[in-house]
Amino acid sequence: MEQEDILGTAAQWRDAGRDVGLATVIATWGSSPRPVGSQLVVDGEGRFEGSVSGGCIEGAVIQTAKDVMQSGQPEVLEFGVSDEQAWEVGLACGGTVRVYVEKVD
Amino acid sequence: MKRGTLERLNADRAEKRSVALVTETASGAQWLVYAEAVSPDAGLAEDVAVRARAALADDRSAILDADGKPYFIQVHNPPLRLFIVGAVHITQALARMASIAGYAVTVIDPRRAFAEPERFPGLEVSSDWPDDVLRAAVVDRRAAIVTLSHDPKIDDPALETVLRSEVFYIGSLGSNRTHGKRLARLHEKGFTTTETDRIHGPVGLNIGAKSPAEIAVSIMAEITQARRGAA
Repeated sequence: MEQEDILGTAAQWRDAGRDVGLATVIATWGSSPRPVGSQLVVDGEGRFEGSVSGGCIEGAVIQTAKDVMQSGQPEVLEFGVSDEQAWEVGLACGGTVRVYVEKVD
Repeated sequence: MKRGTLERLNADRAEKRSVALVTETASGAQWLVYAEAVSPDAGLAEDVAVRARAALADDRSAILDADGKPYFIQVHNPPLRLFIVGAVHITQALARMASIAGYAVTVIDPRRAFAEPERFPGLEVSSDWPDDVLRAAVVDRRAAIVTLSHDPKIDDPALETVLRSEVFYIGSLGSNRTHGKRLARLHEKGFTTTETDRIHGPVGLNIGAKSPAEIAVSIMAEITQARRGAA
């Protein structure tokens, strides 16, 4: 039942000098595979731990996280069945999920 | 997220402090909101801080708009706690169920033969007196307590310790008759009926439970009902 310690991992990776991005599910509608508060940590090379959807949108979130690590400007992403991008990344879960992506300074 | 914010948040989590991370999601500005303080102490609208404290109390993260700005309030609460007094057969089932439901469980029984850690793998087991354990622990509104020993020498001191605390659930094993005697003893010790009315006794929802595991289900259901505020 122990949750992955994503925030602990984020701190460790930053200590090791890696660029670090953090993605957090901030809202869901309908049947979403991961609840609000679920997190994913990603580094500048695209290595990641955790999940925000159980696999459907991680690719797009990681790409955005790389942009956010460059710009330092946070982004809010929304994926849902009505969203073209959601189909592209394969969000077949039938829900909508909003994800906040930020850089860890 | 600023490095200092992440470090402070991780320290709060390690020390089991309740804290809400408030993010203004357009700008990325962030604050840590505690029951008594906000860090940094400038820049966060008072009504957003109020909403963050309500989110902590509800144990529910939330998005909201305030003054046209979007916010995300992420609740970081320590796990709920369950103290079980009496390391009896029901306790073995209840402790496992509560762990699965996300509770940090402590089993207390001063009788060493009962408080045998091998009977409760992976759980915190104490063979100290329950009143000593409960006085030393954080017994707040995120804690529940169930007494199952059936022995007033063990159960009563535990109840006396928590009846005036903020715990969200108190339950005591025993028939109506046993419970009536227990209430009489507590009233003699100066507890009011308002205070003793907090005790769920006989313990558990009335689902006709017979076996120890079934009784554990009824108790876990009653704790869940108390926690989630259902009728």
